[in-house]
Amino acid sequence: MSLQVSELRVHYRTLKGEVRALDGMSFELADGEILGLVGESGCGKSTLGKSLIRMDGRMHHVGGRVVLDGRELPIADDRKMNDFRFREVSLIPQYAMSALNPTRKIRRMVTELLRSRGTTVDAAELERRMNQVGLPREVLDRYPIELSGGMKQRMVMVISTLLDPSLLIADEVTSALDVSTQKAVARALLGFRDSGYVKSMIFVTHDLALTHHIADTIMVMYAGKLAEKASADVIVKAPRHPYTRLLLDSLPEVGVRYAERRLEGIAGSPPSLLDPPKGCRFRDRCPLAGDECAEEPPVVEIAPAHHVACWKA
Amino acid sequence: MRRYFGRKLLIYGLTFFVAVTVNWMIPRFMPGDPVASMVARANVTRPEAVAAMQAYYNNLFGFDQPLWQQYLNFWAALFRGDFGLSIWLFPTPVADVITAAVPYTLGLIIPSVLLSWVVGNWFGAYAARRKLLDNTVLPIGYVLTATPYMWLAVLLAWGLGVLAGLFPVAGGYSFSLRPNWSWDFFLDLLHHWTLPFLSLFLVALGGWAIGMRNMIIYELESDYSTYLAALGAPARLIRRYAFRNAVLPQVTGLALQLGVIVAGALVTEIVFAYPGLGSLILNAIKNKDFFLLQGTFLFIVLGVLIANFIIDIVYVVVDPRTRAGMAGANA
Repeated sequence: MSLQVSELRVHYRTLKGEVRALDGMSFELADGEILGLVGESGCGKSTLGKSLIRMDGRMHHVGGRVVLDGRELPIADDRKMNDFRFREVSLIPQYAMSALNPTRKIRRMVTELLRSRGTTVDAAELERRMNQVGLPREVLDRYPIELSGGMKQRMVMVISTLLDPSLLIADEVTSALDVSTQKAVARALLGFRDSGYVKSMIFVTHDLALTHHIADTIMVMYAGKLAEKASADVIVKAPRHPYTRLLLDSLPEVGVRYAERRLEGIAGSPPSLLDPPKGCRFRDRCPLAGDECAEEPPVVEIAPAHHVACWKA
Repeated sequence: MRRYFGRKLLIYGLTFFVAVTVNWMIPRFMPGDPVASMVARANVTRPEAVAAMQAYYNNLFGFDQPLWQQYLNFWAALFRGDFGLSIWLFPTPVADVITAAVPYTLGLIIPSVLLSWVVGNWFGAYAARRKLLDNTVLPIGYVLTATPYMWLAVLLAWGLGVLAGLFPVAGGYSFSLRPNWSWDFFLDLLHHWTLPFLSLFLVALGGWAIGMRNMIIYELESDYSTYLAALGAPARLIRRYAFRNAVLPQVTGLALQLGVIVAGALVTEIVFAYPGLGSLILNAIKNKDFFLLQGTFLFIVLGVLIANFIIDIVYVVVDPRTRAGMAGANA
């Protein structure tokens, strides 16, 4: 097991009180596995991604453990966590387009970053990896503003994985890209895994369709909790949680004309995590909700490697 | 690159032309007749003598020619480096009067502008993200930057000069000394220089520190800082990058502030009766000395334009994005 997360709770401090963005998440990630993490906005998927590498000032760790390759990650301790960042856990951020210092040439920035981490740049290796994602070596002698958005994104991907981290968190990396570039990025990420630059990966996205292409396993989150986790094919073809089903139903299908049939969304909106309701958090929007749903459903492994948190599954 | 500087030079040229024209106009359309006051100073009572003197002076200064001719003459003389004769210190050439005053003004402005900029930036960057400093010292910065130069100058002259008796409050050097190259004279100069320098330095310092503090907080929260932090880069590296990028708007700020600072320096000189260009302007106005006034203004305008041009060049050197903008303009 590469990554084990157990009962992880991370809250946000706000003026109104504690927002329970992660409320007892438990899951495991095997070596070489790519986990697609999906859910609607505000479900806690980005919070989970951030918690594993760097919590921002408003987040705080309330409980639970994260173990990576047998070592516990000190996620609450910003300083101690520095030893793990980049070397063991790395991040391709949501804002990859603006992640590079605009006033440094890329070669210099990479050199300075690596030197600050106590290593040196292996120029040949760097160029080989850039070549793998289709970046010419001249890019190193340019400023970030001289690159297109897609190039910056790929450059960030190369930089983030330069120290061969065990776990890579790709946070909404495809959200700002057009469809053809999305595919290239997804392929590059797969390539990184296959070349052994990263052992395992968490691919955070709201795009279920794209996740299906690159992830081995898909984990669906709802309101700070795990809803369903299974292999990508099972999630897409035989989902058991009503939320997953509705999520899939709300995707447009190629070739279907939506003039005759309205594309259904999921009615209602997720509960406030300031003071989440008791019982199943999806209850208010769930077409199947019954009396037992007033009690919180535990995560149950209903089939090998298929976890669902629903009484009706 | 050439196009960028060509455009800049054109703008500076136009500014210079307008400044020279306005500069020529202002004293001529100002009330009062300088020749009459010169003649009055001579205490001549015989009317024919007065008439002769007026004719002589009018001819000497070229006031007997039509205005447009005076204007053209002004430009012609300008290119010959001839600013005319001072009326106040007649018959000293204006160029000589200005040359004697310029070292004092430059000696005051250049150190105060550069030092306040450097120290202010450094201090602002240091105070950002340090709650104690941020809450105690920066409010003082707000007060300082909102203080008019001359008011702070008066306060300093009163407090440190009159009450504490630590510094002299008037002049560029002691009246008992003659300017020479001795160590004593240099120390005396420095002693007289301290208060005017301090008043300029302190007012500017607060502004730069506050600007830098805000900029650096913005930069530390920007995406590239967050990314570096997520990759475990030490705070030193992140702060260095943030400082480098936060300095850029401060360079622009310096260019914008330059005129204000120069104007402030002139007023401060007057408060301390410092023998620089500011005091010259005051005397020139009091004595309706067109030529001295024109010469001084011209010198100041040129100085500010040159300083701005230097900042333009510096900006191109420090910010790669302006260079890219220029390439875009060429394409």
